[in-house]
Amino acid sequence: MSEKLSKVLKAAGLDLLSCMQCGACTGSCPSGRHTGLNTRRILRDARKNRASVLSDDALWLCTTCYTCQERCPRDIPITDALLELRRLAVKEGFMLPEHRRISEMVEECGHAVPLDEETKQKREELGLDPIPETVQKYPEALQEVRSLLKACKFDELTAEK
Amino acid sequence: MKKLSLFLGCIVPNRYPGIEKATKLCLQKLNIDAADLPGASCCPAPGIFKSFDKATWLALASRNIVLSEKLERDILTVCNGCYGSLADANLELKKDPELKACTNRCLKEIGMEFKGTVEVRHIIEYLYKEFGPEKLKEHVTIPLDLKVALHYGCHLIKPSKDRKLGETEAPVFFDELVEATGAKSVDYTDKMMCCGAGGGVRSGHAAESLEMLENKLACIRQAGVDCIVNACPFCHLQFDRGQLAVNEKFGTDYSIPVLHYTQLLGLALGVTPYELGIEQNAVQNIEFLAKIYEINAGLR
Repeated sequence: MSEKLSKVLKAAGLDLLSCMQCGACTGSCPSGRHTGLNTRRILRDARKNRASVLSDDALWLCTTCYTCQERCPRDIPITDALLELRRLAVKEGFMLPEHRRISEMVEECGHAVPLDEETKQKREELGLDPIPETVQKYPEALQEVRSLLKACKFDELTAEK
Repeated sequence: MKKLSLFLGCIVPNRYPGIEKATKLCLQKLNIDAADLPGASCCPAPGIFKSFDKATWLALASRNIVLSEKLERDILTVCNGCYGSLADANLELKKDPELKACTNRCLKEIGMEFKGTVEVRHIIEYLYKEFGPEKLKEHVTIPLDLKVALHYGCHLIKPSKDRKLGETEAPVFFDELVEATGAKSVDYTDKMMCCGAGGGVRSGHAAESLEMLENKLACIRQAGVDCIVNACPFCHLQFDRGQLAVNEKFGTDYSIPVLHYTQLLGLALGVTPYELGIEQNAVQNIEFLAKIYEINAGLR
């Protein structure tokens, strides 16, 4: 995989070769102010096909705010490239347990954040139906969501390895 | 322009039903035709699904879009995350025939087909483009004497090449909608900065996410406002529930009320704070509640 990193990115229309390492991305990053996320370094490592970039936890400290992408003087779609790197990382098996849990939640109930008793009560206080008009109310709709996840082999992707 | 279907997402119906109620009341009072979208699922959450697998993200997003295509209605979202996920998916599928064919092979499993016949709208850009601040003002029955720290959130305006809502460093269109209610949108440091919740950071890296939030809260407190106003239930959750977590983690005493724009607009349209679910927030600021009840009763 590592040898092909920049090739995969390029195939996805994300050419990092024009990056001049100016650091506008890192300087603009709201996460980087507080965390170990150094976007400029990730771009450099990806361009150099360094496999370590995929196992770097910093990849998951990006809030995808798109500020770096908006400010890049070379117009590199940086956030999109970061998302592509995340997808490659997931294929290699790098996935936070919290994120795995959320993906399982969607399979279980069709929502990343499921309805709870407290909210049902709040809904009733407001005169709303305690169960909203979403996938939670319609078993056949939930089945459709599950069928799509299966068709995409998402369960295999997120299964603990 | 098509009629609308209201896409709820996850956090609105399942954590902040006040935003659902406020949205429905605002739509009703503004005579906007927006039907329910029965059976809709998670958008799906871009921080997880778009970060994990593109095919899965497009499959789930397109199913939601197809539900609205069947109703011949554009999708209306009240969440920047849902907007980002659905609008991006809609755009990619419309412009890339190969991607569309691939997604449709998936959708065939459940007897659906993505046609590309509807648009995805966010209530803020919808109100700005279809009403505009001046026309919105005509509907206001109770002008709000409030100072507001407005938080645009990231995915309402970015990536700008796709959102096409103008520049992203100092946009004004949302401020104009806030000021249409009579409120004053107060400038503050790092106004355009992220709340720290997106991209799976709140769930995956809670401590770091709270550090980013604390920075925003410090800037907002310095500006001296009555409340924060947002256009995204995930930012809303971060500001509201996150505020209590920040207080615990940093020993701070923030108590800044948080309103979704539909709740602010609802107040200006004469709806009571109770009906808008403002009291259901985690942050309980009695002074603020007293103030908006007095405004609602015409006492100030």
